[in-house]
Amino acid sequence: MRIGRLFERLEKMLVVNILAKKSHVSTPFWRDNRMIPIMLQLFFAIFVLLLCGYLINNALIGLERLGIDFGFDFLQRTSSFNISESLITFQPTDTYGRALLVGILNTLKVSIIGVILTTIIGVIVGIARLSNNWLVRKLSGLYIEIIRNTPLLVQLFIWYFAVLLTLPSAQESISVAGFYFNNSGIAMPWFTTNDGTAVWVSLFIIGVVGAVIIWVIQLKRQIKNGKRTFPFLWSLATLIIMLVIAFIVSGSAPVNIDNPVLGNFNFTGGLRISSEFTAILLGLVIYTATYIAEIVRGGIQSVSKGQTEAAKALGIKNSTMMRLIILPQAIRIIIPPVTSQYLNLTKNSSLAIAVGYQELVSVGNTSMNQSGHAIEMIIIMISVYLIVSLITSLVMNSFNRRMQLVER
Amino acid sequence: MMHTEITPTKSKVLPPEQKQTIFGWTKKNLFNSWFNIILTFVSLFIIFIVLKGTLTWVVTNADWEVIRANYRLFMVGQFSEEEIWRVWSALLYLTLLFGLSAGIWKGTIRQLSFLLTAIYVIHLALPFLSGHTKIWLLSNIVTLFASYVIGLKLPKGKMIGIGGWLFSIIVILFFLQGFGILPSVQTSMWNGLLLTVILSAVAIVGSFPIGILLALGRTSKLPIIKYFCIAYIEFIRGIPLITVFFSMQILIPLFLPEGFTVANIIRVMIGATLFTAAYMAENVRGGLQSIPKGQFEAAKTIGLSSIQSTFLIILPQALRAVIPAIVGQSISMFKDTSLVAIVGLVDLLGIAQTVKSNPAFLGHHMEVYLFVALVYWVIAYAMSYSSRRLEETLGVGKR
Repeated sequence: MRIGRLFERLEKMLVVNILAKKSHVSTPFWRDNRMIPIMLQLFFAIFVLLLCGYLINNALIGLERLGIDFGFDFLQRTSSFNISESLITFQPTDTYGRALLVGILNTLKVSIIGVILTTIIGVIVGIARLSNNWLVRKLSGLYIEIIRNTPLLVQLFIWYFAVLLTLPSAQESISVAGFYFNNSGIAMPWFTTNDGTAVWVSLFIIGVVGAVIIWVIQLKRQIKNGKRTFPFLWSLATLIIMLVIAFIVSGSAPVNIDNPVLGNFNFTGGLRISSEFTAILLGLVIYTATYIAEIVRGGIQSVSKGQTEAAKALGIKNSTMMRLIILPQAIRIIIPPVTSQYLNLTKNSSLAIAVGYQELVSVGNTSMNQSGHAIEMIIIMISVYLIVSLITSLVMNSFNRRMQLVER
Repeated sequence: MMHTEITPTKSKVLPPEQKQTIFGWTKKNLFNSWFNIILTFVSLFIIFIVLKGTLTWVVTNADWEVIRANYRLFMVGQFSEEEIWRVWSALLYLTLLFGLSAGIWKGTIRQLSFLLTAIYVIHLALPFLSGHTKIWLLSNIVTLFASYVIGLKLPKGKMIGIGGWLFSIIVILFFLQGFGILPSVQTSMWNGLLLTVILSAVAIVGSFPIGILLALGRTSKLPIIKYFCIAYIEFIRGIPLITVFFSMQILIPLFLPEGFTVANIIRVMIGATLFTAAYMAENVRGGLQSIPKGQFEAAKTIGLSSIQSTFLIILPQALRAVIPAIVGQSISMFKDTSLVAIVGLVDLLGIAQTVKSNPAFLGHHMEVYLFVALVYWVIAYAMSYSSRRLEETLGVGKR
């Protein structure tokens, strides 16, 4: 078999050579269609490598001249700068490494809270854009057009310098329903746990699980027998009964409410949110929500009109139609662009450096100015963002895969 | 035109004529269900709160003196008085291009020219601008109308128009920088709106060819080039612009041989261009993927080489399909140039930061930022509006 093929090829070559009587020289390799791409790529690779080598060489010479040795050992040295708000304890005597950890946690904190809030507002505004109420439609459109077309950084500065910092001092705080607003932030009542909290939480979880089970059972019965079984009322009743039991057992409220108290300089107790955090959170949420809103609107509009008409013909009311028919179909189109908006929000949280909220870039910038290890810091910052991007994409992609239409 | 004969056997029953009264309209659009009644009142409440807050502030506290006194600073920064004619000349060139293009293409660009005229007229009416400025403004308006009329009748107008736009960046940079012919103006003197516009123009124009190359690379079959492009695009898209600016500030001086320095503004331009290129590439790739395979095959059958078919057949169609996306990217780059204020350049927002910390105007942050926001908004909105118009006229997504 193989020998046969070999003969075939030899024969072909002979024929070709005979046909091309003039020369039996094969095409030179620089005109060979198979070789050109390979050579091009080789040239490209060599060029990139040489360029990188040249730049790195320059960098090494430069670093030597400055007397800085490249390496990540400096992360173990004392940072000696202060970070005003952090999720874990931090003192100036702690290391650069810990400072960076604080920065990363602060980035994650503002991003996660931001993503949750921005999704809620974005979906509401996106649906409001399609409302049959003229005023609501115009109002949400106005909000989107104004916010989308001004830079986020300008908005951040407005929130921070022109709104939050111009509030009165702590002594003269503006108080609205237990919330205190002043130029160092917001103080609000918050919950503290008491002896009964554990009982409440465990019974609440049991109640929720029970409610779900009863809801499913009742719904199945309703589908089977065709008689109304009121699954929602049943499950609500289950939950309420569990909570009543919890109250009888623990004999107290689930949590105590801790009100902020004005001390000599500032508030103590309650939940206090700094102006910097408020500014970056407000800015990010209000800005990104407009993008989410437009995506949601586009997603809803992409669901074919026949679906709405069919639902209306069946006599399904508007809210149910939205929840059970339109949104499940729209969400397939919505997820991928929303993912990139979540990533944008996370990346934009780096603008917090401009309003003094100490997240990753801000801490990194301070550390690089103090230690002189600029390249290392940049590598760390970039890798953290890349890892966060990667994880978010993975999570959202798997969510997306579950949501996609299963096709044959 | 109702010419159909209406015979008694075939009578058409027309729907009852609906009278649109204000009351009827309100009932239909605002109060048609209990839920909408609640929504209407909530909206009215929001409008009331916002309007009340704004109006009280405007009447009692707002003092626009800070804008009036620093208007020149906001626009051109520290560009010196003797050299200001160069900025005006650059602007005049742009006005000329707008006028010509409005005459040649009409449509969207004509509306943009109307906007430009409106801006000039508004500035003409501002009482605090000097007579010198007003002469320049007037000549701009005259140029706009003259070039519009010329553009209407110009033979081979499209070629001239495209050529003019291609050269615009070079001409503008020539006026501002001098290229050795005119005395040079230090780049650190380029501030304010001028810097914002230059930065975004350079980033958008520079990133376009790089983006196309990256997109072609990413869709090509050559593995090394393909993976290089993928790595570059995904890397850039994964990191925030501000870290790109920081890296450029630190790495460019480090990577260059000793004694070789690059001005801050150039570093930022490189950073912004490299950053936007990755996003441009993704937009262009979307266009490339929307081209049916038959186009490649048809190009091959008529004997075009792969380079010819890419640049003559595929790219023109692909780019046409993604014009709105590219404009969208340009808007976001324009807004993102404000980030240079963090790395020490004094663009429009940077000027705002300097002005508000001027002791003479302490406590007028809101006025300063609102003015800056308005300037950004007008330009960005004009861009997004024209992009929407383009989308309609091109019929993108409808074929």
